[in-house]
Amino acid sequence: MAEKHLKLPVSEKDVRALSAGDIVYVTGTLYTARDEAHMRALEWIREGKELPVRFDQGALYHCGPIMKKEGDGWKIVAAGPTTSSRMNGLEAEFIERTGARLIIGKGGMSKTVGETMKRFGAAYLAFTGGAAVLAARRVRNVGGVHWLDLGMPEAVWVLDADDFGPLTVGMDAGGKSLFEDVARKMEKNAAEARKLLGIG
Amino acid sequence: MKGISDALIEDTVVELLAMAVTRLPADVEGALQRIFEEETEPASKMQMKAILENLELAQKSQTPLCQDTGIHVFFVRLGPKCGDIEAIIRNAVERGTKEIPLRPNAVHPLSRKNPGNNLGVHMPYIYYEPGTEEYLEITVMPKGAGSENMSQMAMLTPSSGEKGIKEFALSTLLRAGSNPCPPVLIGMGIGGSADICMNLAKKALLRPLGSHNPDPAVASLEKELFGALNSIGIGPMGLGGKNTLLGFHIEHAFCHTASHPVAINIQCWAARRATVRIFPDGKVVYLTHQKEGR
Repeated sequence: MAEKHLKLPVSEKDVRALSAGDIVYVTGTLYTARDEAHMRALEWIREGKELPVRFDQGALYHCGPIMKKEGDGWKIVAAGPTTSSRMNGLEAEFIERTGARLIIGKGGMSKTVGETMKRFGAAYLAFTGGAAVLAARRVRNVGGVHWLDLGMPEAVWVLDADDFGPLTVGMDAGGKSLFEDVARKMEKNAAEARKLLGIG
Repeated sequence: MKGISDALIEDTVVELLAMAVTRLPADVEGALQRIFEEETEPASKMQMKAILENLELAQKSQTPLCQDTGIHVFFVRLGPKCGDIEAIIRNAVERGTKEIPLRPNAVHPLSRKNPGNNLGVHMPYIYYEPGTEEYLEITVMPKGAGSENMSQMAMLTPSSGEKGIKEFALSTLLRAGSNPCPPVLIGMGIGGSADICMNLAKKALLRPLGSHNPDPAVASLEKELFGALNSIGIGPMGLGGKNTLLGFHIEHAFCHTASHPVAINIQCWAARRATVRIFPDGKVVYLTHQKEGR
């Protein structure tokens, strides 16, 4: 288990050097995108329209922050990760089409997404869910916002981050997933729980 | 009887919302601290450490501890005469969204359009209870979606009995896995009808940790399910660990002899709730939090 400090954007080689369980801190630009931004991005790409941001130049962050308008700019208030599994059905295409190599979220993603990460050279980094003030402290500057018509949580926010973390490599580009490991253990423990409950 | 002024209720509800989203009740914070101490693996320890550090930062900076400040479910016990409580609460939610600030989360279910103020049809949602006391009691539960999305309900057959309830609890927890931000509090409803059952599951989340259902049979089921499911291994944030649950609360109602409803409403580790009593003489007493200046 290594601790690594990465500068964004990362190369395929950098990502393939990450192993599930490693602790990572990233410096550079994070682009937030949840359900609505994923859907619109894919729609625009299919229509041949250029996206307002380059997800391959930073990290994709599953996050809907609280922002406060201050003068012409925005101040970040709270910005923890959202549940990544909601984007399971959209992420494989999103990775292939946008070239996003680092995905930050919570709770992990499906096997299908993991297979795309393995083929393409992408990794999933888990941040502690709910730790929104801790996350906001690592954002130096709000670089802007796109697609605000989707509403504050669903817009694409541009966040300049310093040593954003600690992040746990939850799914690496070799196909290993900590969440799958836990799920396997959980199934085993479930047999024990059934016995304890007298429903075995 | 002298009524309570609209302005006092509105200001108090804004304060109540701010308390609820910036600080956890002492029972929840205590449980998180205990779990941090009990966890031994580096992965789960790191998650619990981040959770505790975040709580401290949120309290010091009076900032919402989680960016998902939820949708707003209120439980109101109507005592003395007061004005249009729904209008007052809507004003307070709109103000709180700007002043605290809260994340505007409420959208139309089909168009997904976000008005930006947490207001919409039936949102915030208010449950009313008639009270005979001299005070007005308001509880707010800012409910995040990560845990809410993992909720389940089933209309079981009476012949499946307690075994059916246990199977349902286990399968719901396994299905939720890492998604609802564990360690989680499970609120379970048993009995009633479909709507009553889910409502009971939500109400079970309002009980302080460590409390038990007054019915000994139900309390014993709570303890049994907590004991068997806490060690399932999902662990803090689903990265494995000794503790998966903050608690397991069950509320029950009598049901039709042909029905056997069971429902689970899940609450993430940020088990936010705040309760206040407002008296006709203007006295305001917070039950879940110590009042601090904002």
